[in-house]
Amino acid sequence: MSAPVYLTGRQLVAGVRAMLVATLVLGLLYPLLIIGVAQVIAPGRADGSLVHTGGQVVGSSLIGQGFVDSAGTPLSQYFQSRPSAANYDGKASGGSNLGPNSPDLAQQIEQRRAAIAAFNGVPPADVPADAVTASASGLDPGISPAYAAIQVGRVAAERGVPAATVTALLQQATVGRDLGFIGAPYVNVLQLNQSLDQHLP
Amino acid sequence: MSATAAGWLQFGVLVLALAAVHKPLGDYLARVFTTPKHWRVEKLVYRAVGVDADSEQRWPTYLRSVLAFSAVGVLLLYLLQRVQSLLPLSDGMPAVEPTSAWNTAVSFVTNTNWQGYSGESTMGNLVQMAGLAVQNFVSAAVGIAVAIALVRGFARTATDRLGNFWVDLTRTVARVLLPISVVGALILVLGGVVQNLSAGTDAHTLAGVTQFLPGGPVASQEVIKELGTNGGGFFNANSAHPFEGPTAWVSLFQIFLLLLIPFALPRTFGRMVGDKRQGFAILGVMAALATVSAGLLSWFQARSGGTALQLAGAAAEGQEVRFGGPLSALFADATTLTSTGAVNAMHDSFTPLGGGVAMVNMMLGEVAPGGVGSGLYGMLVLAVITVFVAGLMVGRTPEYLGKRLGRREMTLSSLYILTTPALVLIGTGIAMALPEGRGSMLNTGPHGLSEVLYAFTSAANNNGSAFAGLSANTPFYNVALGLAMAFGRFLPIVFVLALAGRLGAQGRRPATAGTFPTHRPLFVGLLSAVVLVVVGLTYFPALSLGPLAEGLHP
Repeated sequence: MSAPVYLTGRQLVAGVRAMLVATLVLGLLYPLLIIGVAQVIAPGRADGSLVHTGGQVVGSSLIGQGFVDSAGTPLSQYFQSRPSAANYDGKASGGSNLGPNSPDLAQQIEQRRAAIAAFNGVPPADVPADAVTASASGLDPGISPAYAAIQVGRVAAERGVPAATVTALLQQATVGRDLGFIGAPYVNVLQLNQSLDQHLP
Repeated sequence: MSATAAGWLQFGVLVLALAAVHKPLGDYLARVFTTPKHWRVEKLVYRAVGVDADSEQRWPTYLRSVLAFSAVGVLLLYLLQRVQSLLPLSDGMPAVEPTSAWNTAVSFVTNTNWQGYSGESTMGNLVQMAGLAVQNFVSAAVGIAVAIALVRGFARTATDRLGNFWVDLTRTVARVLLPISVVGALILVLGGVVQNLSAGTDAHTLAGVTQFLPGGPVASQEVIKELGTNGGGFFNANSAHPFEGPTAWVSLFQIFLLLLIPFALPRTFGRMVGDKRQGFAILGVMAALATVSAGLLSWFQARSGGTALQLAGAAAEGQEVRFGGPLSALFADATTLTSTGAVNAMHDSFTPLGGGVAMVNMMLGEVAPGGVGSGLYGMLVLAVITVFVAGLMVGRTPEYLGKRLGRREMTLSSLYILTTPALVLIGTGIAMALPEGRGSMLNTGPHGLSEVLYAFTSAANNNGSAFAGLSANTPFYNVALGLAMAFGRFLPIVFVLALAGRLGAQGRRPATAGTFPTHRPLFVGLLSAVVLVVVGLTYFPALSLGPLAEGLHP
């Protein structure tokens, strides 16, 4: 056997042993340690920040939902989430990946704007960008405060309460920038709709 | 507060945080790789691996160790995916298809973490943590080890020894990556990143349908995905997924993690060659290029180019509301300047020129600051080129840190900088010539070409981000991009270690009045120019057919 082949063989044996050690320590012990500690210090968050109603899991406070009926028609008693390329399916996260000049995307945006304006009874120019575009994850839990604002009148009318009552709940579900400057303000749609059901059934 | 002001503050806080930690971390790293003392637990590892930790290697042996370790990694990860259905904790996931398993194995071993598959519907919890996450650690450690070997080449005189790969690997994991990951993972959990062994939960939504909520050991994998500049998401949507990037501060923390080690390594270099100013000059080039790039990308995104985006009123397609435009742009810039490739927004839907900047970041070779280790060795090779160019201008024999840069050194450096452009441009050309390549494009026109160009750029530079409209999980792309990743990772490593061997064997020439000083602003400017001109111009024709054609469209 020539020297380089012999040397390479020796390195391969070391490589196999090193990879087994790494798999044991980094692939099993380390994640299990983190699971153990996480389940002690923040079990709710480690398990997905699940939201319960009457003992039943209705979703996660971090994951958006579609508030539409089985035919895909928006339910007018609820605030609507953003368009989703994944249809809010937790097994299929992702965006549309349509390009900035895509004719398909342009057409979708036109249609969404017209539909949202009609649904909420507002001028098309008042419909903000996040309302007519799909998110990156397809599971965006938030909408912009501007998109929430144009939905207040419709939801209040549907539930037969003054707009101010809905606005008060909306403010509770509005999340500011983290530490005042990180990210963007948003409204947690699931939290808002849940409190609507709870306070204004 | 306006979105613009928030954007500036986010950038400012990030810069301050990195400025605060790069010195202590860089100094610590230098000590890790120079101390003769082994930890007790490390000695156990050396015994298990069967190596003599106190004997150093020549460059061919160091290289053989790197290649052997990586080959074993590819094989093991491939097998794990292929027999997934037989293993526990696989949550009913079937075996991964062979070309996809090959692509993913190469992808994670080369620190690329390109993802042709969709995590939540392909990989069970066992493959995620015992396969993918393990490679996140060790592929990052391989990059750092190779960079340290090159630094030793500069730092040492008249020796054929570059250190011991197994020691460098073990120390990187045990003393750097693992401790930071433990702390970072728990911070992520507090931010809402999930960490369990659940196969998922079914929720019954307000609208009366069933929604699947995935589970898994996400936080432990997420932290090393950023810290090791890997980028492979637990889920398809990567850091945009609310279980990977639940809040804006978590996303900013992830940006900090992925820049942490790359920006600390120049300090380590300065320390190890015994002249901190040399490290500072390298850091200066990296920081200057990164700042300009971040400014440009953010500006292009804020201007919302593209007819569809203008119709929407903002570049909100493929972005999460909680992150907003500025944080999405900052993440995209950081992830492509390093070799991370994680995303918190979909680059394919970015403005034409914004997406173009992301592409250029990778094309520059990911050196500002680049991946862990690979960024430093890439920038040092470019520094060698710069000194050579400067030497040509004044007609003197080029020297860098007292090392003479002769014909062999320049040949190796030139081969290094030619490798990735060749892979990118030839790969893109082949893909565009074949129906299998063109058929995967989602978008049409220049943007379709951009999707293919981005894919090969990302693969050959070991980034891993994508213009994800491209249907890349096809046999053609799985095999072609797998080859681009493998050659894009290991050919440069061969040249770097050979260069390190040549440099270490030399003596050190004393600096004279005629020596070009490599710690002054003139050198910083010249090196920046070399990065932009020598590397950037190679891609100009391809760029002008893709993002430039699209972005300058009336």
